[in-house]
Amino acid sequence: MLGTTVILAFRAINRHKLRSFLTTLGIIIGVAAVVTMVTLGNGATAAVREQISSLGANVLQLRPGQGFGRGGGGPRPPDFKEADLTAIQNQLTGVRAVAPVVQSSGTAIYEGNNWSTTVYGTTSAYSEVQQWKVADGRLFMPDEEEAGKAVCIIGNTVRTNLFQNNDPLGKRMRIKGVSCQVVGVLSTRGQGGFGDQDDVVVMPIKFVQRRFTGDRDVSQIMVAVDDAYDTSVVQTSLEELMRERRKIKPGDQDNFNVFDTKQISDTLTGTTTILTQIVGAVAAISLLVGGIGIMNIMLVSVTERTREIGIRLAIGAVAREVLMQFLVEAIVLSCLGGLIGLFLALIASVAIAPLMQVPFLFDPKVNMIAFLFSAAIGVVFGYFPARRAASLNPIDALRHE
Amino acid sequence: MAEQPIISLRGVTKIYGEGPTAFQALKGIDLDIAQGDFVAVMGPSGSGKSTTMNILGCLDVPSAGEFQFKGRHVETLDRDQRALLRRRYLGFVFQGFNLLSRTTALENVELPLLYRGEDKKQRYDMGMAALDKVGLREWWDHTPAELSGGQQQRVAIARAIVTQPDVLLADEPTGNLDSERSIEIMELLTDLNRNSGITVLMVTHEQDMAAFARTIVHFKDGLVERIEKGLRG
Repeated sequence: MLGTTVILAFRAINRHKLRSFLTTLGIIIGVAAVVTMVTLGNGATAAVREQISSLGANVLQLRPGQGFGRGGGGPRPPDFKEADLTAIQNQLTGVRAVAPVVQSSGTAIYEGNNWSTTVYGTTSAYSEVQQWKVADGRLFMPDEEEAGKAVCIIGNTVRTNLFQNNDPLGKRMRIKGVSCQVVGVLSTRGQGGFGDQDDVVVMPIKFVQRRFTGDRDVSQIMVAVDDAYDTSVVQTSLEELMRERRKIKPGDQDNFNVFDTKQISDTLTGTTTILTQIVGAVAAISLLVGGIGIMNIMLVSVTERTREIGIRLAIGAVAREVLMQFLVEAIVLSCLGGLIGLFLALIASVAIAPLMQVPFLFDPKVNMIAFLFSAAIGVVFGYFPARRAASLNPIDALRHE
Repeated sequence: MAEQPIISLRGVTKIYGEGPTAFQALKGIDLDIAQGDFVAVMGPSGSGKSTTMNILGCLDVPSAGEFQFKGRHVETLDRDQRALLRRRYLGFVFQGFNLLSRTTALENVELPLLYRGEDKKQRYDMGMAALDKVGLREWWDHTPAELSGGQQQRVAIARAIVTQPDVLLADEPTGNLDSERSIEIMELLTDLNRNSGITVLMVTHEQDMAAFARTIVHFKDGLVERIEKGLRG
């Protein structure tokens, strides 16, 4: 029974190839648009998430001041001390690694090449917190850190600009007028959401404090939270600890802030997700219009084939079979349209993704939903014309010119 | 007639419309048709012959009266039950051939078998056998547009007989054909009636065609006027 109607549907579609194609065009374009938009949108979301995760996963950034920046007026909130670092390490549970950071900008020079860059003074823990890898060479030795020796690990941008194709390992370069030895090169991290992350020089914090900042303060503390612990819980206890250490009275505002990188990640990916949904919804409207196109053509088709329906009824087709025939025809058309649409979306996404500099992510769920949706459109918009066909009176249908 | 007639009408009336515009097409028809008969139905336009044929073809139901087909009271059946009756026992041939366009002769002939749920091989064998009977075996893959009127009507007859029906209903089957083709079609119907035992009911207004029948029923003003024997009767 169903097999028969499917055969009949394919025969009818085959008899009118051009019309069938034009009928499904709306569905083809609709499905292709929805799936392409959502696929590219997901790629963009993934790209953003990738950039954010380069800041380190489950990392809390502790800075002086309220929120971003230092805030207007009033005395500048004090930086952190080394003791704060030790306290965080020893008194908080769920902390995987703690790294102090002092930042300074300056010019790096090697044999007549100079490059303006940012100097990070930190410890080896930084590599663990930020999940930075050393591509060539090594991290700082404990004694180098302890003594604050003049050694540095450089980012790829610095390496390219100063050393071109020469091997920088073991070479001495000058940074802010001080000589230091390159012991390692960081693996490439690319353009993050916050500028070129390869444009850095990392040095032992004690060296930076002694030679550049002139005090033993720490301007930023990075706290990596153990995966087994909830970041927000650790954040709360970190805040409590810091209020206590910085002697902030109850009711007074914090003079520091703790920043969860996951929050930025969620905010930004949330934005791209919403954009994806909006664009997808707009494309879904075109899918709906495509469905109305199917109904339109099917109605015309029922009128045009009134005699055919009359013949079928006369030779003994029951109403349900005629209904099924036209319904299956609409469903087959919309499913074919859906499949072609998915195929086009695949081609379009693969072609456009590199142009937008987002990864191509094949999402089986989106494809499945779009396909089922197109099938559903066939059912919904095919039912009305099909019921009309099935309710025809055979005598009148046979007389129809 | 000793045996039970295959078709039996008793006091059949048919009224179209309602109220003052109502039109009584049939005013009480009594008619028995025996198995294996070849009946020509004649009469002027509006005499009720088409209405009667629609009722006999189970396409329409009487407003009142009884219609027994093979002992079944058709007037009590619903739309789908009548469709199943047509599928099983009836074949239709129309004046306008009514073949599906852009569809080969074989596919047209196979159509009733699809609704019977026959498998592909069975459909092919039965379809080709029916085309063979009407002498169009060689033309199985031609579409109606590639066939002459006479050939199209033969395909239509093949489609009507492919299910080996008990009754073949033909509504002016020669109305669109020249006299030579008409006689060929009539000879084919006569042959099917005589050799395959199919009861043939045919509407015509041509005396020449009615002459092929065993029984001729004349309609006038919604009533059976008279029944006479045909040349072969």
